[in-house]
Amino acid sequence: MIDDTSVPGRILVGNEEALGRLFRADPVLVDVLPAHEAIPNLTEGTILHAGPPITWDRMCGPMRGAVAGVAIYEGWAGDLDQAEELASNGSFDFHPNHHFGAVGPMTGMTTQSQPVLVVENRAFGNRAFCTLNEGLGKVMRFGGNDASVLARLAWLRDVLGPALSAALSSSSGIPLKPLVARGLTMGDEMHQRNIGCSSLMMRELAPLLARSVKDHATLADILTFVGSNDQFFLNIAMAMGKAVMDPLHGIDASTIVTAMSRNGTDFGIMVSGLDKQWFTAPVEMPKGLYFPGFTDADANPDMGDSTIVETVGLGGFAMAASPAVAGFVGAGSVSEAANTTRMMGEITLTQNPEWTMPSLDYQGVPTGIDIRLVVETSITPMINTGIAHREPGLGQVGAGVVHAPIACFEKALEAFAGRLGIA
Amino acid sequence: MQLTEFTMKQRIDDSRMTDSERREKKLELLEAPIQVVNVGLQCFSDDLSSQGVKVVQVNWIPPAGGNARLAALLSRLMD
Repeated sequence: MIDDTSVPGRILVGNEEALGRLFRADPVLVDVLPAHEAIPNLTEGTILHAGPPITWDRMCGPMRGAVAGVAIYEGWAGDLDQAEELASNGSFDFHPNHHFGAVGPMTGMTTQSQPVLVVENRAFGNRAFCTLNEGLGKVMRFGGNDASVLARLAWLRDVLGPALSAALSSSSGIPLKPLVARGLTMGDEMHQRNIGCSSLMMRELAPLLARSVKDHATLADILTFVGSNDQFFLNIAMAMGKAVMDPLHGIDASTIVTAMSRNGTDFGIMVSGLDKQWFTAPVEMPKGLYFPGFTDADANPDMGDSTIVETVGLGGFAMAASPAVAGFVGAGSVSEAANTTRMMGEITLTQNPEWTMPSLDYQGVPTGIDIRLVVETSITPMINTGIAHREPGLGQVGAGVVHAPIACFEKALEAFAGRLGIA
Repeated sequence: MQLTEFTMKQRIDDSRMTDSERREKKLELLEAPIQVVNVGLQCFSDDLSSQGVKVVQVNWIPPAGGNARLAALLSRLMD
């Protein structure tokens, strides 16, 4: 019997509370809204980005490319040169998505007129936001910023976003936990493979869209775009992860990681019992497979808020559910994928009974990353990720895996011990 | 505990051997197929595997990677 007033006792109570909130979460996709309507205090000239805070001078190539592109998209700059000049002279306010209840994949650009998915955690009443997935190829999330990228963003803003909003408003929302549970049994891990969940979401959305979109050609365009995008669900999973994890912030003496994110320069984590303080370290290079014509010499260091899916127990943590991903990201054989999930079990406090993996005899995904276990074992969270070209504007060049740097967890542990009065 | 008892019994048995019996036993060890459980450094396993020796690798490193200060903090934060 542990004394609840002892340090280990307080941590046990704090972590039980955190896990209770995680498992009680009820994330539901409720709307798609312009970001300035959905996200409080998202004003003109504000650019939200992936990862912990960063200034223009420390941003990597793709992040700079995306900033320049989104400035043109918003009408704040006439061309890329002017956009970079404005960015460098302090005309834009840069903030992490995480500070605004949002998340964004890769570069993670979120600005006022972009449509964002709205996921509401009905157990706690909080909402989280993420932009719509742009599809593969040259896209802004990988630093793309040419006319084709901006035209697609305009279509998302003017056509797809309003259509999804109208469709969802005719429903009571789409509950996401059961959908993810089914996706895990269909070979998704919800980071680099979302084919199952994207298809399930399409089944939910198609009848709603058919009723709300009156023009057949527009409806066909929408269904073609969503139906041909295997990663359409990724951004929904990210907003879900953020909505699930946000109520865990600020629990006394909890050692559970509430956010992991990277901006292409730094990797940062937040911990439940340490308010919303970032603990950062230089981000690592992904190891993976490259599209034809590209090599690791083209790769940018890891980036994106998408690690929120690993934080909630999916992605690399659910690798055993997704043998196809192991090959796609160059992570080895199916048995090695199972070993990855088992390894993540060494640094988590429990398994999620609602999200199970058939290939591991229906074990739940490893859940509740504990900074103590990471530091003790030196096993760091493994993340499935896309790889961006290191130069601005060129987009995705591959996919792979990357580990969170141990220094983030060591710094957090030191701060946590200090918070509890342990020198 | 079982391992300790086994080791103690082994030592008592060894102490009753003559020198020639001990030499013979050591030769047996060298001549029999080697079975290895390697705890820790992977490269030891890799070297043996490359020579055709069957190895069971146990991944282990010291707590906190051997960082004494962090290990001390952990000992006060863990139950």
